[in-house]
Amino acid sequence: MSDLSIEVKSLTKKFGGFTAVDGVSFEVGRGSIFGFLGANGAGKSTTIRMLCGLLDPTSGTATVGGFDVGREPERVKRVIGYMSQKFSLYEDLTVVENIRFFGGVYGLSKKAIEARLPWVLEMAGLRERERSLTKTLSVGWKQRLALGCAVLHEPEIVFLDEPTGGVDPASRRRFWELINELSERKVTVFVTTHYLDEAEYCNDIRLIHAGRIVAGGSPRELKDEVIRNPILEVTSERAVDALEALQKEPWVLETSIFGTSLHVSVSDETEGRRLIRARLAGAGIVPERIDRIVPSLEDVFIHKIEEQSGGRGSGEAAP
Amino acid sequence: MKIRLISFIGPVMRKEFRQIRRDSRSLIFMIFIPAFMLLMFGFALNFDVKHIPLAVVDQDGSRTSRDLVDKFRTTEYFDLKAELGRTGDIDGLMARDRIRAALVIPETFSEDLLAGRSPSVQFILDGANAMSGTTGAGYAAAILQSYSQKITFEAMERRGLMGPTLPLRTEVRVWYNPELRSAQFLLPGLMAFILMVILTTSTAFSIVREKERGTMEQLHVSPLPPAALIIGKLIPYALISLVSAHSVLALGWLLFGVAVKGNYFLLLLTMILFLISGLGQGILISTIARTQLVAFLLSVLTTILPTFILSGFVFPVRNMPVVIQAVTYFIPAKYFLVALRAIILKGTGIAAFWDQALFLAGFAVLTLALSVAKFRPGGEDGRRRRAR
Repeated sequence: MSDLSIEVKSLTKKFGGFTAVDGVSFEVGRGSIFGFLGANGAGKSTTIRMLCGLLDPTSGTATVGGFDVGREPERVKRVIGYMSQKFSLYEDLTVVENIRFFGGVYGLSKKAIEARLPWVLEMAGLRERERSLTKTLSVGWKQRLALGCAVLHEPEIVFLDEPTGGVDPASRRRFWELINELSERKVTVFVTTHYLDEAEYCNDIRLIHAGRIVAGGSPRELKDEVIRNPILEVTSERAVDALEALQKEPWVLETSIFGTSLHVSVSDETEGRRLIRARLAGAGIVPERIDRIVPSLEDVFIHKIEEQSGGRGSGEAAP
Repeated sequence: MKIRLISFIGPVMRKEFRQIRRDSRSLIFMIFIPAFMLLMFGFALNFDVKHIPLAVVDQDGSRTSRDLVDKFRTTEYFDLKAELGRTGDIDGLMARDRIRAALVIPETFSEDLLAGRSPSVQFILDGANAMSGTTGAGYAAAILQSYSQKITFEAMERRGLMGPTLPLRTEVRVWYNPELRSAQFLLPGLMAFILMVILTTSTAFSIVREKERGTMEQLHVSPLPPAALIIGKLIPYALISLVSAHSVLALGWLLFGVAVKGNYFLLLLTMILFLISGLGQGILISTIARTQLVAFLLSVLTTILPTFILSGFVFPVRNMPVVIQAVTYFIPAKYFLVALRAIILKGTGIAAFWDQALFLAGFAVLTLALSVAKFRPGGEDGRRRRAR
């Protein structure tokens, strides 16, 4: 068996005249946490849905767990687990009833389901609430239960489509701990998200924008290779005015705004600091501080998307 | 493969039963609405025409003319509401819906009779309600006919003549429903109608709901075979529909005195065949509809109207234009209705309606096969949330 769980070659999906996924290619190593990043509508879910056999690709090929998605969808279904962005357990069934039902649907024997039940309850932290109706659970619990149901049959590969949408930060962290545990057991985790901070947990990342992959690599590689120019963080109460003042300067490579701070990309750090202070002084703004910062994935993302659109200028903070 | 399929049906069935049990609204819909509809339709849909309000204008005022009026007074078909002095008053009363019919006896009525002339009696009917109008006219004609016969015989006897014998005597007997009560005739139709509507809507709903909530997608990603899902969903709904079919039967017997004359097992078999075709239709609808609203509209459109109008429930198929008659071949309720009337009212055996049963079975197989074939992930279903 190869060390690759997923191989995708020029996968394309068109809906009428609209190309949702445009010639996407990538490989996912066994046991890795693969992050598929992009804004809403970038083509993340369409890709995941093709890999799970929910959608037929317009062209291109994909193998999941060694099986061709187009030709052997039934065999693909046996080796994968899937958790959609919409919570998709039965709200009117209890926790245990949901687990038993999905066990049955995945073809597990009664014995196997009963053996697996305590594990799922433990993992989701639902030991005491196993007889509760699912609709009474909080979002974080629901999500962990959904993950538990998606891996009931011990699949080789799990697809998680925006698993942490609408979940509080504490629950998000717990969820990512679970993802790490899965990965330690050599389960491949394919996860889409539009939370860029979550991408830091991944071993391998692809950025997708308008149906195309615009960057890829580990979070470290992306930051080092993609962003070579220093990024200066300018903190000011009047961040919006500062943005307007700096945006049009030819020596400013990129700007983006994060609340009361501005990320400004320049070609040289010392020269950049001097120019920024001078320009802002001209607009009557005295910045509280200017720091050189380690680029976040957010900066990488903005940089890549601007590169892609062929323009320069202010980027909205990533979605 | 067979054993595998069965092992998948169990969990789906159990889940479906649990969901139905917890969703009291749909349970009420399936069990009580049929009984309620039977009550409503059973009492409201009454085609028996009786107690037609009648006004009389007796311009003659003789013993003979009063005798004729009495003939109308003593039947239950007419209720004498007013005796008017002049014909001009009829219009006003009829317009205000106080009377539906009027009998006008001319001044010269008894005189003409005695003189051996044939006097004409005028009978005016409100045609706004065509159904009661034509029936009323029939009753009036019959009463007048028998009355004029009586007078003829009496006149002949008075002249010492032997009463003539009529060349033909008709003796009409109505079988199976001797009193020609509408309830007898309507109950089978109501059963078909109610079951069809309830069944199709609730199965269509149960599947579309899963699409709306996203659970269907989860099932599509699992190795669950579509046939197992469909059969697993079908069985609970079929059982519940059987229960509500029996409640309709019981109510029909208690309230309208309609007892099943034929073989109960034949009845059960026909019901099951019909149920399956209704369920299959519901599943077919759910493969097209994406929201519960669309599913509801489609169910109503494909069940209520055809079952009511084209099945022979209310309007006899034989009287329809040929084209419409051809359409009725695609209405499963039509076959069910013929079979039901045969079993419930006539008590006949399978020999009388085996062809109908065969058609029903064909429908059941066809709709189920189509829905399993259409029930695939991707395609249409996948378009819905394309850009996400």
